[in-house]
Amino acid sequence: MIRFQNIFKIYPPNTVALEDINFEVKTKEFVSIVGKSGSGKTTLLKLLMAEERPDRGRVFFEDQDVHKINPKYLPDLRLRIGAVFQDYKLLPFKKAYENVAYAMEALGATDEEIKRDVPEVLDIVGLAEKADNFPAQLSGGEKQRVAIARALIHRPDIILADEPTGNLDPYHTLDIIRLLLKINEFGTTVVLATHNKDVINFIGKRVLTLQDGKIVRDEKKGRFVI
Amino acid sequence: MPKVLSRVIKSGWKSFCRDGGLSAANIFIMVMTIFLITSLFLFKDFSGFLVSNIEEKVDISVYFKQEALEEDVLKAKEEIEDLSQVTAVTYVSPEEALGEFSQRHKDDPIIMASLEELGINPFPASLNIKAPDPAKYGEIAEFIEGSDFYNLIDKIDYYQRKPAIEKIFSFTSNINKGGIIFSAILVIVAILIAFNTIRLAIYSSREEIKVQRLVGASNSFIRGPFWVQGILIGFFAALICLLLFALICWIFDSRLDFLFPGFSLFKVFTSNFWLIFFIQLVSGIAIGVISSSIATKRYLKV
Repeated sequence: MIRFQNIFKIYPPNTVALEDINFEVKTKEFVSIVGKSGSGKTTLLKLLMAEERPDRGRVFFEDQDVHKINPKYLPDLRLRIGAVFQDYKLLPFKKAYENVAYAMEALGATDEEIKRDVPEVLDIVGLAEKADNFPAQLSGGEKQRVAIARALIHRPDIILADEPTGNLDPYHTLDIIRLLLKINEFGTTVVLATHNKDVINFIGKRVLTLQDGKIVRDEKKGRFVI
Repeated sequence: MPKVLSRVIKSGWKSFCRDGGLSAANIFIMVMTIFLITSLFLFKDFSGFLVSNIEEKVDISVYFKQEALEEDVLKAKEEIEDLSQVTAVTYVSPEEALGEFSQRHKDDPIIMASLEELGINPFPASLNIKAPDPAKYGEIAEFIEGSDFYNLIDKIDYYQRKPAIEKIFSFTSNINKGGIIFSAILVIVAILIAFNTIRLAIYSSREEIKVQRLVGASNSFIRGPFWVQGILIGFFAALICLLLFALICWIFDSRLDFLFPGFSLFKVFTSNFWLIFFIQLVSGIAIGVISSSIATKRYLKV
């Protein structure tokens, strides 16, 4: 489903973020990308979202080179990817409900579909009664759940989660990870970038370990080893 | 498409309301800009009035010799009237001139006494000539000098008045030019300020725009609400400005009428009401939309 081919990414003047990255993610897989801060996890996900361009190599999303997509059609790619970020990236002037609905509006869904799906998804993430709160009125864990609801709402083929638990306490962290596992069980591919040891050991699925921009380990049932 | 449009409008309206403080600040700046643009329009009208008012007061007089007969003078009048440069020629007979003079100085016994002492009417017949354009008086004077009734003429006061007429002429054209340049500079400054205010407002939303891009919204779907906000700001600013102008014109109407009889600011306002409102609305909305377009453009490159 996703293929990284000989990816190099250098941030000027000479910070090597990624060096010769090659890997593939299959449909319905749950892949964790582990590494210290600055090891290139976020860059990897940004390349897939076409938020950044590689200096060399290609990134394929279902046989399409994402960096050859005309910026005009990038929304089509992004609507197939649900992204969850460490800093949530919610729209501050929209309520929880509207934040989730926004992704559907952008997709061009009808009002009926929005009215039907948004409460359902908010219910899945356990925020049904906080629908009318603004992000500033939610706790970190709640914000992240809104972000996940937003990422889920248009039934993406894949969820990219970049340190989704980075700002959360251990209790809420497990909460979010369970949610991601559940989403994966329903058939959505999940790519999770994290540096949380407990999270990785809890999940017990495929782990890619990044170190200084290189993949040093790729295990089917990985553990956190750095 | 109508679905998208209604969503964009709704979302723009919501952000406009929720971010009330910022919207109010933007409207305030926009009011000042539109105010200046409207002033430029009204100033053009006012200076036009002032200029024509001054120019109307300018004329030249041709004084005939004492021995000139009334019919000769009237014949000369007809000839001058035929000139294309001339708007009006008035004949002032010696009797009328004397009557006017005594009327003006009736409270001054010395002058009246000396007039009586003189025994005869010292005033010659004269013609008052008006032209629509002060620049034409030279040509008229030249024509009279070359005419066959020139030997009946005592003097033409054009040459005494020439410096004054030319001064007025350059003064009025300077009022026009200077006023327009000055207001144009003010308007440009105001537009720049309005543009920058909106740009700063959108700068604070740059992260939001980026997120919207990453969530998969298309450019027009992200920009639309900003355009709607620009339109709303322009619209409300135009409304406020219209009310403000109505008030100002109404308050200063009587004062200006006192200073410049015949000029009614309020009348200029009411007779041009729709034009003024149109200018205000279009300039407000145009500045709002163009500023938001330019400001959002750079954040959409994700």
